Amino acid sequence: MNNAKILAERREFIGEGARGKSIACEKNSASGAVSQRACVYCGARVVLNPVTDAFHIVHGPIGCASYTWDIRGSLTSGSELFRNSFSTDLQEKDIVFGGAAKLAAAIEEVAETYRPKLIFVYATCIAGVIGDDVGAVCRAAEEKFGLRCIAVQSSGFSGTKSFGYRLACDALMELILPHKRPAGTRGLGVNILGDYNLAGEMWIIENYMRRIGVPVVATITGDAAYETLIKAPTARLNLVQCAGSMSYLAKRMEEELGIPFMKISFFGVEDTSASLLRVAQAAGGGEIVRRAERFTAEQEKKTNAVTAPYKKHLAGKKAAIFVGGGFKAISLIRQFNAMGMETVLVGTQTGQPEDYEIISGLVGPDAVILDDANPSELEAFMQEKGAQILVGGVKERPLAFKLGVAFCDHNHERKHALAGYEGVINFTREVHLSMNSPVWGYVSG
Amino acid sequence: MLNLTPKEVAARSGLRINPCKTCQPVGALYAALGVHRCMPHSHGSQGCASYHRTFLSRHFKEPAIASTSSFTEGASVFGGGSNIRTAVKNVFDIYNPDIIAVHTTCLSETIGDDMGSYISEMDLPEGKYVVHTNTPSYVGSHIDGFANMMTGFINYLANKTGEGNGKTALFPGFLNPGDMRELRRIASLMKVPHILFPDTSGVMDAPMTGVYAMYPSGGTTIPEIIALGDCAQTLALGELTSEEPAGVLERKCKVPYKLLPLPIGVANTDALVMELSHLLAEEPAAELEEERGQLLDVMLDAHFYHYGRSVAVFGDPDTVLGLTALVLEMGMLPKYVVTGTPGEAFTRKANAVLAAHGAQGCRAKAACDLFELHQWLKNEPVDLLLGTSYGKQIAKAEDIPFVRAGFPILDRYAHSYFPIVGYRGALHLVEKISDALMERQDRDAADEDLELVM
Repeated sequence: MNNAKILAERREFIGEGARGKSIACEKNSASGAVSQRACVYCGARVVLNPVTDAFHIVHGPIGCASYTWDIRGSLTSGSELFRNSFSTDLQEKDIVFGGAAKLAAAIEEVAETYRPKLIFVYATCIAGVIGDDVGAVCRAAEEKFGLRCIAVQSSGFSGTKSFGYRLACDALMELILPHKRPAGTRGLGVNILGDYNLAGEMWIIENYMRRIGVPVVATITGDAAYETLIKAPTARLNLVQCAGSMSYLAKRMEEELGIPFMKISFFGVEDTSASLLRVAQAAGGGEIVRRAERFTAEQEKKTNAVTAPYKKHLAGKKAAIFVGGGFKAISLIRQFNAMGMETVLVGTQTGQPEDYEIISGLVGPDAVILDDANPSELEAFMQEKGAQILVGGVKERPLAFKLGVAFCDHNHERKHALAGYEGVINFTREVHLSMNSPVWGYVSG
Repeated sequence: MLNLTPKEVAARSGLRINPCKTCQPVGALYAALGVHRCMPHSHGSQGCASYHRTFLSRHFKEPAIASTSSFTEGASVFGGGSNIRTAVKNVFDIYNPDIIAVHTTCLSETIGDDMGSYISEMDLPEGKYVVHTNTPSYVGSHIDGFANMMTGFINYLANKTGEGNGKTALFPGFLNPGDMRELRRIASLMKVPHILFPDTSGVMDAPMTGVYAMYPSGGTTIPEIIALGDCAQTLALGELTSEEPAGVLERKCKVPYKLLPLPIGVANTDALVMELSHLLAEEPAAELEEERGQLLDVMLDAHFYHYGRSVAVFGDPDTVLGLTALVLEMGMLPKYVVTGTPGEAFTRKANAVLAAHGAQGCRAKAACDLFELHQWLKNEPVDLLLGTSYGKQIAKAEDIPFVRAGFPILDRYAHSYFPIVGYRGALHLVEKISDALMERQDRDAADEDLELVM
């Protein structure tokens, strides 16, 4: 299949398009891999991070707090609180004697100075190993200070990043469950799940909802705040954008709060329009659907007019995708298809079996599909398949450039909003700018 | 922005807000990248390696490789022995480095993995090496991790054959590749044969060739690290970073060391040049004399804009001490001198630098955080903020001119190519500081006061 050296344990994590071979996923990385993948804590932290007015206290040594300090590009329309870094900065004596007392002191300092409504406490590897009862400290704080203080048991070693997403979802459920809609009342409006308002993307989606006449109750978690989150149970429908992180919350909300959900994607013209029309149907049909039809037709026309001139620069070029979730990969393949580009390599960090099935149906027969890829594999397959642009995250950017391959960040260092029709325009421009930068002309090799 | 920070400073016992340090392993990883054909290895959860690589890539805008033991629940209970054995085998099989440099994490330290015995029991491929160091994240900071990784290499590899090589072991401290290049240039101009260890130049500033090299051409080689044991002496730069590895080399191989501050600023660079000049009883190189004169020329040309201006300096201990010395030489007042790395030696040294220049009313603090620095600034502001990217929000909130220097710089490009050490580095810093202060003057000038010639 290729000339790349592949770890023997990694072979079953690599598949090819349209040949129907299922690939292994949702497992831990092999020891010794230069994995691009993060940990449980990271998964939990990124999902909860955009809750803007919460205190996010990281219980552990300083690293886990410093690496997640204000790095996500989630925009806020309210509090800037979440952009600060709070931790217990555990020291050797805390490891020996236990860190619970320091955590209690940290919570007390926050509670007395700022009187917050909501605190999330993240237990890191070390809290798990030294046996700090983070849950008990949080419960005691809730009683003492009359606030919500929710423990997230996110020891890094306890699973994959996906498991961290689940823990974050559980934390959100713990927050909203006491605010159940009274029996007999009817839900109104939608919650938007799984958009993190990177570069203001949640605002784009909220604006679309306003345009077609669908009220938005809570945004989870992009630009979220305590007061709007606790209203989430009053919604009639959940829209789930990043299925990788939020399917689990949607399922729990369906089972425990009776709110049905639909998966949507606002990446690419095709998926954005289809999603809006589906939302309009589900939100009541009739006038809303007519508005959505008018709105999507108008937006498609506008968007295509802007992107059309780029197509001649892009058609026939080859793209590689390496992103976190499978759902996003699917939208990106469709977007490249719409640009007339061919996707030759698709990798995700946390893709689910059903994602990989859809992916193999969307790409050509020779495309390579990878679960939890590492730089060697990315390099080998990108070169073998002649990829000309890579869509990925921060760790892949310098690698792509070194390989002489253009790059677009579709992760938290994205430069512009990539969701919705505006996002299509931005994405097309970025792909064009990066692939057709004059600098490439001076690079030999 | 950052409207959270209250002006009133209250004592905190449990809470760290907006740190000015990070954990040991990332420093160890960076040091290991300064060794040629080395794979840094993180013995812990896979998130650690991922975070450290991301952090370094954000600063250097370069790929930063590292493998991981990928701890699971099982490893956390039964120990990471089987993880490290599998990892070492896999890394040599697939990535084929010459050496693997293992550093521990808070997790593997706490469960008590004995890396020394794991490694000694391994069958390694011919001519390949595995070294390790202990980097508990709950002790010290990334600076200690950097020093500890150096110590790990020395412990395993440095060897005294009895035949001296006449070279000087040059320990750079925690610096950018651009600084490491400058140190090599200065030593070469002084004709001092040397081994720079570690050396991230040619690795974390590797050129664009269109071909990705997992192991770029730079880095201290394994034979060079072995040969550290035969060096005539060590020049250990960065008093709070390089003393421990220099001491270990002295104890192990009887290589005496001389400890110097990072050569940031005029006097600190003079100290390095004089030391190099003593080694060979050579006069300082004419090029360096010329560069020194040019630096002083510019400092004098622009001194009206610097004199008496107050500045807050923050970042890593040795870097901050160097920057503090430079701004004092420029006639500025370093009102706040802050590092997040713990250790009272920093405060003593900072106060000594301040006292040597007769600076009054300044405040130095180790184990400080940027929240506290921000509170000080709210109470008594300064004219300039000098430090890492993490000052950005404070600079915006308080409308203070801001010059980036140190680690990390996450929001600008090309910074790691330009030195801050040596006379050239000082010139570069003087330019940046002058620009920031003068741009502010232009911005705030009434139309009739805006000067074309300054």
